[in-house]
Amino acid sequence: MSSTEHHGEHHDTHAAQFPHGTRRDYVTGFILSVILTVIPFATVMSGGLGTTRATAFLILGCAVVQMVVHMIFFLHMTPRQEGGWTLISLVFTLIVLIIAVAGTIWVMYHMDSNMMPGMAPAVPDTSQITP
Amino acid sequence: MSSEIVTDPGDERVFHPAEEPHHPEGHSTPLGFWIYLMSDCLIFAILFATFGVLGTRYAGGPDPKELFDLPLVALNTAMLLISSITYGFAMLQMHEGNQKGTIKWLGITAAFGAAFLCIELYEFSHMIHEGAGPGRSAFLSAFFTLVGTHGLHVTFGLVWLAVLVVQVRKHGLTLANQRRINCLSLFWHFLDVIWIGVFTFVYLMGMI
Repeated sequence: MSSTEHHGEHHDTHAAQFPHGTRRDYVTGFILSVILTVIPFATVMSGGLGTTRATAFLILGCAVVQMVVHMIFFLHMTPRQEGGWTLISLVFTLIVLIIAVAGTIWVMYHMDSNMMPGMAPAVPDTSQITP
Repeated sequence: MSSEIVTDPGDERVFHPAEEPHHPEGHSTPLGFWIYLMSDCLIFAILFATFGVLGTRYAGGPDPKELFDLPLVALNTAMLLISSITYGFAMLQMHEGNQKGTIKWLGITAAFGAAFLCIELYEFSHMIHEGAGPGRSAFLSAFFTLVGTHGLHVTFGLVWLAVLVVQVRKHGLTLANQRRINCLSLFWHFLDVIWIGVFTFVYLMGMI
């Protein structure tokens, strides 16, 4: 039950065309992930950078890089996999995701600031305390 | 192209391939499972968008700075990250055809996954106990929905892990079982990717 004959485009009968990773891949991915997790946590726990904006950029940057690290080293994604269909479906999902998330936040932010100025910073409302 | 049309002059004619073109069993599973994961990703996208809109609506209730305990979240993140690499070791054992090793590493992965869930449930119960349940404010509703959905995925991942361990123990590392372990590998690492989004957007962004 060895799968050493797994080469490139060769379609062997072993557990279909799931991409393989090596020990080196997993260890590299793990070390990079630890670094990219420690940086944002340490930054926020030590009070953050000078401005909130700078801290936010650093945190988001680390998150994006770490997601890519996971994709490459843990999910073993390559552009060639499945004749490119894996990558295409990922790109499609990301486009929909960005439109949905950025669009929602953008639209709702403008709804708030243009139409309901009174609601913007939540006014303390003690009348409705739910247990 | 290789389909043969059975034409026996004496017999009645058959105008369709006698057999379906042969595909190795499960050959479409990797792509199919990947597309499932992408659709799951869209569920989380909507939940993230909802949290993005409602994340600052405290309704006079507690805000993230009062509620979240970053060391606990860091511990939680560590649990999930370690469970990711231990799953990787299970995969390596599987490729070597080592059944005992595979089961051992799958078990270790399940232990870390369970630890993650326990910490999360502790956090939830602590918050609800303090009066910061999902009904308190829009922020908390969105928080519990997003983080809870992720937790639910981890729960089902654990159930899947347990079933797989039983299967592997019973039938060995058959091709079907290898395929299942591969699918769960994608699922498990995918949940870790989602968690990166959760701890960044929900916890860290809430604390700065």
